[in-house]
Amino acid sequence: MTTTASAPHDHTTRVAVCAYDRLTPDLGVAALVGDTQVAIFRLADGTVHAVQNLCPFSGAYVLSRGITGSKGDVPTIASPIYKQVFSLLTGECLVTMDKEPKPGLSTTLEVFAVDVEDGVVHITPPPPA
Amino acid sequence: MTETQRIVVVGGGMVAHRFTEAMRDRDTEGRYHVTVLAEEPRAPYDRVALTSYFTGKDPDDLALGTPDLWQDPLVRLERDARVATIDREARTVTDKRGKTYPYDHLVMATGSYAWAPPMDGADLPGVFVYRTIDDVAALRIFVEERSKALGRVVRGAVIGGGLLGLEAAGALQELGATSTVIQFADRLMNLQVDEGGGHALSRLIENLGVTVRCNTATQAIKPDRNGRAGRLTFADGGEQLVDVVVFATGVRPRDELGREAGLTIGERGGIVVDDTCLTDDPDISAIGEVACIQGACIGLIAPGNTMAEIAVDRLLGGTSTFPGADTSAKLKLLGVDVASFGDAFAQTPGALELVYADPVAGVYKKLVLTDDARTLLGGILVGDASAYASLRPMVGSDLGADPAAWLLPEGSGERPSVELPDEAAVCSCNNVSAGAIRCAVNDEGCTDLAGVKACTKAGTSCGSCLPLVKKIMGAELEKSGIEVSNALCEHFDMSRAQLFSAIQVSELRTFSEIIERFGAGRGCDLCKPAIGSILASLYNEHVLAQDRAALQDTNDRVMANMQKDGTYSVVPRVPGGEILPEHLILIGKIAQDFGLYTKITGGQRIDMFGARLEQLPSIWKRLVDAGMESGHAYGKSLRTVKSCVGSTWCRYGVQDSVGMAIALELRYRGLRSPHKLKLGVSGCARECAEARGKDVGVIATDNGWNVYVGGNGGFTPKHAQLLVEDVDDETVFQVIDRYLMYYIRTADRLERTAPWQEEHEGGLEAIRQVIMEDSLGICADLDAHMARHIDSYEDEWKAVLNDPERLAQFTSFVNAPDQPDPSLAYVEQRGQRRPATPSERESGAVLIAPSTLEVRS
Ligand code: SRM
Ligand SMILES: Cc1cc2nc3c(=O)[nH]c(=O)nc-3n(C[C@H](O)[C@H](O)[C@H](O)COP(=O)(O)OP(=O)(O)OC[C@H]3O[C@@H](n4cnc5c(N)ncnc54)[C@H](O)[C@@H]3O)c2cc1C
Ligand code: SF4
Ligand code: FES
Repeated sequence: MTTTASAPHDHTTRVAVCAYDRLTPDLGVAALVGDTQVAIFRLADGTVHAVQNLCPFSGAYVLSRGITGSKGDVPTIASPIYKQVFSLLTGECLVTMDKEPKPGLSTTLEVFAVDVEDGVVHITPPPPA
Repeated sequence: MTETQRIVVVGGGMVAHRFTEAMRDRDTEGRYHVTVLAEEPRAPYDRVALTSYFTGKDPDDLALGTPDLWQDPLVRLERDARVATIDREARTVTDKRGKTYPYDHLVMATGSYAWAPPMDGADLPGVFVYRTIDDVAALRIFVEERSKALGRVVRGAVIGGGLLGLEAAGALQELGATSTVIQFADRLMNLQVDEGGGHALSRLIENLGVTVRCNTATQAIKPDRNGRAGRLTFADGGEQLVDVVVFATGVRPRDELGREAGLTIGERGGIVVDDTCLTDDPDISAIGEVACIQGACIGLIAPGNTMAEIAVDRLLGGTSTFPGADTSAKLKLLGVDVASFGDAFAQTPGALELVYADPVAGVYKKLVLTDDARTLLGGILVGDASAYASLRPMVGSDLGADPAAWLLPEGSGERPSVELPDEAAVCSCNNVSAGAIRCAVNDEGCTDLAGVKACTKAGTSCGSCLPLVKKIMGAELEKSGIEVSNALCEHFDMSRAQLFSAIQVSELRTFSEIIERFGAGRGCDLCKPAIGSILASLYNEHVLAQDRAALQDTNDRVMANMQKDGTYSVVPRVPGGEILPEHLILIGKIAQDFGLYTKITGGQRIDMFGARLEQLPSIWKRLVDAGMESGHAYGKSLRTVKSCVGSTWCRYGVQDSVGMAIALELRYRGLRSPHKLKLGVSGCARECAEARGKDVGVIATDNGWNVYVGGNGGFTPKHAQLLVEDVDDETVFQVIDRYLMYYIRTADRLERTAPWQEEHEGGLEAIRQVIMEDSLGICADLDAHMARHIDSYEDEWKAVLNDPERLAQFTSFVNAPDQPDPSLAYVEQRGQRRPATPSERESGAVLIAPSTLEVRS
């Protein structure tokens, strides 16, 4: 286990989350980046992706527990609650299952920049809007 | 707006049903209100399928259409309301209780009654006819009681060797009686088949163990010492001992009301109507078997339905007329294939007959053709009627250069493929043409058989046209570029069943190898769980073995059921619903310690809700330590075996249903399948466990167990059908082993047993042959596969608790493993907690933060 990120973070700084080896291919994990919940996925090809953990269609923080896959060439994550499918590259919802997101939530997921340095996974939160 | 007109229909049979249904479908402006007065004590039912009452169907399964029809505000159904008189002057009818109903238009749909020739002894106890549910129910009770009282096989005889007589003979056998068919004519089914066909047919019927006596006139039924039917005497001096007699000697129209009301009656009975189904009173129509149309009453459902449609059309201002009746017929008797259609007896001048006979195999086939041997006029098929669905609609069409190809045994060569003309009638029961099926696909957007059936009604009565409907639909879909695909998803072109065999044969064990070999891309939430399930069924390894965790839905991945707020529910197994007091107390204690909401499930066990991912291992450690195990409430696998209390306590129980339920639950626990599996065991015929609502239902009898299969609750409830009767424990296990394994190997993804069984080619009968008679030669393999499952079972939770690597998956946050999800919030309700609603969160009303009480052991 590497550093935790319980201190309030500064939006421009990347945050170390965990060792790369702690991630099992295609099995997501959740992480707390400040008070934001992030879902992180290491795919079979070794790449790492991060999106918001909040599922906009159920309002529950569960995306890290969904099934990874692909639609065409786009790597995807399917929500474990109502099975909507999102792009891990852009956060776009590719399959809505004919449903609307919960009031106040956007259909598109927030995507976080990730990098792996010295075997440690880092997340860079986007600058405040 | 005109006022609503009142239609009164006399008779609540099949044709009355069709009339009402068609009126409600087509009278969109609500011009008519329909009152149906039925003599029988129930809503119209499928008389054509009456015989299936003996093969485990109950009266409700015979219901026609949807029950909604009778709830429609413009429809009223009066049961047990035989009409006694018609007053044409006053335009009213009066039922047997003296209740009067006024009409603007009257529809006579009184059908026929079963006719028995006048004969001594025809009214003795033990003599039956075969027309209504009450008739067959009485017959069944009588045979069952006699068989008990006599302590030997009941001797049955059917007088009449036509379509109905043969069906009745089959039914007697189904009830465990012997049966003899007594036929006055020189051959069976003399109205449908010629001499050659009759010979072949007699052999087939005798192969079933039914005795056939042709050229025999029955003279009288003589009573036994107790005044019940005891013996038949024949005109040639012969005699036969009997315990039960069924008359199947034809039907006569129930035209007595029409007669009394002064309507014109046909020479041989029936209310005379013109081609628009009107009688000589313009306010009265007659439809179905009671109508004498074009000079005859017709005892088949298809022309009756056509008349119903015409009557509706005319009332709504249409111009349709009766086109003449198709008198094609197919015998519905298991193991005996007989059909006749068109000009079967070659009565068209110059007609040629083309005959193929294989006396050894009991096959006789004849085509009747025009004098140039090209156009089909009719035919007779005995022993192999597989070509019936294709040939019947081709009457009047060119059969191509070599009609003889149609007579060869199926599979012995290419059958010519002929495109049916749009007007060819494909479904004669419901009068649906090939064009209508094409239209359903092209214009109505139907893409599967269920859609086409719902849209056109084709195939919804006798079902004999289904293979052809399917073929036309498939051809049409292909033309419009829609591949009739059973591909699993974009990553696999194969169906689940194909993939199952592919994986089995290639012996691949990981998802990455499988997708590389048989698929494309990275997979998705459709194919990954399906493959996870196939691997689990094939190799009996842990659901999370190798790279499998990532294949599973979150429920299987963490072995609990995800709830709406992202927490989980925990359901320990309670085999057969029998639970130790210690286990009850433990569950209560865990729920208190972790602040979980508890509820008894619909499956006879206890669910604890609101457990967080990181709490699951500690909860399960306590359960496993006390000897409880995973209930697989999350898996596409065996869920529960519901039981009733049975003979150990219940005063009516005849077998130990709890013991059987526990044995079954322990046998199949952990078994992964295309969809969830549920079983039920009842200790007597009262069926308190509702076993027939389950995938497999076991019901105790005095002699053992009856096993029913293919039941379903949920959105489309289905009653399970009888598979075997009065068998011992070992046989119960064996047939269920095979049934489940065969299902697991061949069903589609997320297809439960009920639709699987229904869609299986040949239906339950074919499945029975696979698992009881080993028709595919796979029984040994199925048995071995199930034995492997039973031997290698281990509790999934116990295994995970012993594996630190897997335990590491049960953390809330990778960088804060024990910190609860901060978004969870609860309120109290009836003394327990439940997730707060969005408005409760907003108002800040009594929120309970996620329980932080961690009782780590
Ligand atoms: C917990 C329970 C309700 C209860 O509190 O009583 C329940 C809960 C769910 N049922 Fe059920 N069903 C429960 C008994 C039933 C029963 C009754 C029974 O088993 O006797 C039925 C009808 C019988 C049947 O299955 O034929 C039933 C028919 C369904 C169906 C419809 C299946 C179908 O073939 O149409 C679904 C939907 C599905 O599986 O696709 C469903 C789906 C579900 C799901 C999985 C819905 C979901 O995705 O969340 C629920 C899981 C909740 C959970 O986390 O536990 N549940 N469900 C019952 C658990 C029984 C158990 O001890 O395991
Ligand atoms: C065992 C069996 C198998 C069959 N198999 C086939 C088959 O394979 N193919 C096929 O085409 N046909 C088959 N038939 C025939 C088919 O069932 C009939 O053609 C069809 O039911 C006729 O419909 P209907 O509405 O005219 O008459 P029915 O279905 O007989 O209905 C008439 C109803 O009117 C009621 N009634 C009579 N008088 C009164 C009154 N005064 N007041 C109120 N109600 C009254 C009767 O009780 C009855 O319920 C079979 C019939 C039987 C019995
Ligand atoms: S009936 Fe519906 S709401 Fe109730 S448990 Fe089943 S799936 Fe959930
Ligand atoms: S021909 Fe009977 S249902 Fe179609």
